[in-house]
Amino acid sequence: MGQQVIKTNNLCKRFGDFIAVDNITFEVAKGEIFGFLGANGAGKTTAMRMLCGLSSPSSGTATIAGFDVYRQTEQIKKNIGYMSQKFSLYEDLTVLENISFFGGIYGLSNRQIKDKREQLIDQLGLKGEAKKLVGSIPLGWKQKLAFSIAILHEPAIVFLDEPTGGVDPLTRRQFWNMIYEAADSGITIFVTTHYMDEAEYCNRISLMVDGSIKALDTPANLKLQYKASTMDEVFYELARGAKRGD
Amino acid sequence: MKQFLIFVKKEFAHVLRDRKTLLILFGMPIAQILIFGFALSNEVKNARIVVMDQAKDDASRNIIARIASSHNFELVHTVNNRRQLQAAFKSGTIKLAVIFPANFNADLLHQNKAQLQVIADASDPNYATTVTNYVSSIVQDYSAEINEQTVIPYRIIPQIRMLYNPQLKGAPSFVPGVMALVLMLVCVMMTAISIVKEKETGTMEILLVSPMSPLMIIISKAAPYLLLSLINLTSILLLSTFVLDVPVKGSLLLLFAESTLFIITCLSLGIFISIKTSSQQVAMLISLMGMMLPTILFSGFMFPIENMPLPLQLISNIVPSKWYYIIVKTIMIKGLGFTAIWKETLILTGTTLALLAISLKSFKIRLS
Repeated sequence: MGQQVIKTNNLCKRFGDFIAVDNITFEVAKGEIFGFLGANGAGKTTAMRMLCGLSSPSSGTATIAGFDVYRQTEQIKKNIGYMSQKFSLYEDLTVLENISFFGGIYGLSNRQIKDKREQLIDQLGLKGEAKKLVGSIPLGWKQKLAFSIAILHEPAIVFLDEPTGGVDPLTRRQFWNMIYEAADSGITIFVTTHYMDEAEYCNRISLMVDGSIKALDTPANLKLQYKASTMDEVFYELARGAKRGD
Repeated sequence: MKQFLIFVKKEFAHVLRDRKTLLILFGMPIAQILIFGFALSNEVKNARIVVMDQAKDDASRNIIARIASSHNFELVHTVNNRRQLQAAFKSGTIKLAVIFPANFNADLLHQNKAQLQVIADASDPNYATTVTNYVSSIVQDYSAEINEQTVIPYRIIPQIRMLYNPQLKGAPSFVPGVMALVLMLVCVMMTAISIVKEKETGTMEILLVSPMSPLMIIISKAAPYLLLSLINLTSILLLSTFVLDVPVKGSLLLLFAESTLFIITCLSLGIFISIKTSSQQVAMLISLMGMMLPTILFSGFMFPIENMPLPLQLISNIVPSKWYYIIVKTIMIKGLGFTAIWKETLILTGTTLALLAISLKSFKIRLS
């Protein structure tokens, strides 16, 4: 693979005596779909917050899209997209208003917003719903819309925090097709999930246990290494030694 | 700047699409002004009174006639003995009784001195004091009249002049109080709820990951409520001037400037609450209990602060609405200028700066 868009080196985050993230080192290439796995409490969220420029690391280095996580959080924020499991859109705004609002706070020009709006509505087949409040459209559509909005400003990387929680399998499948399309267009996907079948869709995955990365490879290699037939077994094998959890 | 405008536009969409918010925002001030202006008043009208007239002479009839014609009293009936009197009080419908002894007029004419008894139901002390004062002044008026011809050698007559509110109307003191109350509620509660709502729905997370700086998010969140509060203020002042007949005597510009300062105080309080809480219900409860109650108790518009025990007086000093209430009263009712309120302004400015600093600091802590 070519250019590395995420590089971390011995990245740590401590809260007092508690080491939430312990010396994690990894790289993610441009256009890669990178699965970031781990049990609850393993430190995924803390690590992700550091990578998004929301929280400052205690030690170690990291660059996101070439920008330093300590000093260039502003540039990082301009170059990443983010979507959480809550599909956080404004439910009392219409589909179009949501697109315009998020386009606007990412600094898109009115011309760009207008083009993007038409393009998105077309792509998602939301023509009839464009002027409806987001609160009134089905969950699956909300989720697809949230993803489209997260990559509206054509970021280098998009962070997806358990993006498919509570969604039916068919919609999940469709959602992953969108992820593949985005990756093909050169956007790096950094995704956390609890669904092991989704882990199989990733190019590479890392598995966090108690704050450190215990395994990092392609799903096929990991299964080979742990002599497992499914990712489920690999996960179980690695995570059962965990001391933390909730 | 463009981000800011887009954000403000979005914020207005939230407010204008939510009927409940709209109702609280614009219905409440109007309702409160009307309730406080018309329904709630210290003045007692039509207090039910009984008379026991054992004299039935000129003087007693004259005084009874005056009482009966006063709009403060409603003469229910006359009783003949103490038993009936007691029964009247026990029934709870009677607030006051006036008893004239036999030979009332005769005493007055021959001994130059006569007594009458006034009995009030003091289970509500303020009410009892007010109605007995009314009776006393009616009696005094009468005795002054009959003394008109005689020259009393030594007499001191206090010339009373009620400054700023000569008719002792209730509205002039309520309007500033309602202004403090409404602004406090709208700014603190609305800001706190609107920020906490974004935390609850998860949109705050998205905003924080966006290139908008946290400070900018907070400012854009609060700015629309500053504007809405100023609209509210205008509607209160219009109602006060044209409906309650309480115009702004002092400078309107100064009043708006001071109000903006107070609104910013409230907004920073709202921001602070929103940072410390994570659900809309909690934010609302804290805003209501933590803000509305102290405003009613300690701003001085319902209960005089001078009458409170020292510890409570000291507590009242940290309630921002107390200072705002004094400021509004000074400008609006007394018509005085900035020189009269510079101290209060300074205190309010200090509080605002401190609150803003604390809010922004805890917002940063939450982020890292």
